[in-house]
Amino acid sequence: MNEVALQVGQTAAPEALLFWILAPLTLIAALGMLLVKKAVHSAILMAFVMIALAIFYIAQGAPFLGIVQIVVYTGAVMMLFLFILMLVGVDSSDSLTETIRGLRPIAITAAVGFGGLMVSLLSRATLGRSAVGVEAANSDGNVEGIAQLLFSTYVWPFEVVSALLITAALGAMVLAHHHRIQERPTQRQLSIDRFRKDSLATAAGLPAPGVFARHNAVDVPALLPDGSPAPASINASLKARGDVLDSSRFELGTVDTSADEEK
Amino acid sequence: MDAANYLYLSALLFTIGAVGVVVRRNAIVVFMCIELMLNAANLSFVTFSRINGDLNGQVVAFFTMVVAACEVVVGLAIIVTIYRSRRSASVDDASLLRR
Repeated sequence: MNEVALQVGQTAAPEALLFWILAPLTLIAALGMLLVKKAVHSAILMAFVMIALAIFYIAQGAPFLGIVQIVVYTGAVMMLFLFILMLVGVDSSDSLTETIRGLRPIAITAAVGFGGLMVSLLSRATLGRSAVGVEAANSDGNVEGIAQLLFSTYVWPFEVVSALLITAALGAMVLAHHHRIQERPTQRQLSIDRFRKDSLATAAGLPAPGVFARHNAVDVPALLPDGSPAPASINASLKARGDVLDSSRFELGTVDTSADEEK
Repeated sequence: MDAANYLYLSALLFTIGAVGVVVRRNAIVVFMCIELMLNAANLSFVTFSRINGDLNGQVVAFFTMVVAACEVVVGLAIIVTIYRSRRSASVDDASLLRR
């Protein structure tokens, strides 16, 4: 019986090496998750933590869980996270300013307290007996051992979990279902609307962008007969982005015609 | 090396995840921090399974993974729904009940 808490016996040296290399990296990656600004970088660091945990599982005699961790977490869950990030917008970076005043110092203080409490508790806890190691339980193979438990002792929770999975799938479908509030306008309806507007000026379509024969890019407003730019010829989203060039510098008055005169 | 080291690592990862949930404002990052906390608990389960010498801990960790997968599916669907109506994935913007 050891005085030191939870003394499991010295594990093999390769595992110690693995732990002392991988554990600090895992902690750094987890801290980085909090500190990086972009959500995508957080997701990448999260994937690293997941893979490191899978390696820890395999090192601790849980190869089945290790593989499941890689397949389910780094495969499915992180993929889903990245997929949603792409959907919501990759550059949706967090504003790292505090919205609730004093939240961050309080959170860090509480975390240091909680972490310190956990670590000191763990270092003082005693098991009352020496620990066993999972080799005997894994003698028939890890997968067989887990299957034995899963389909005997835990068969009822296993069934309930299947119901949970189906409920979650249905819930996701219901939540993601998009109701169209208005009927989609038909081509006929669009053309009627165009002629029923106050002015018939745009009935034949909006003016095309670009100054004739000088610059026909979509970001240059067309010139009206009096020489003023026509704002309606520019796409509204280009205007909102501020990507509109000044069309006056493409006007005909500034053309260098000296070559023609010499001839 | 002592297997309890894994428990220390698990406690620290859980703490980091908890801080992330409180401090970060992007709903997706908050969600990833919740996943980190779940994973830290899983590491504890696997370590205790080794300490106790039976596979019950690993089975519980397996169940945790299944529940976490369900939670991710529903949670991300909620985030997408909120984003669709508010054009923002920040947890501060969904404060309609406060006003």
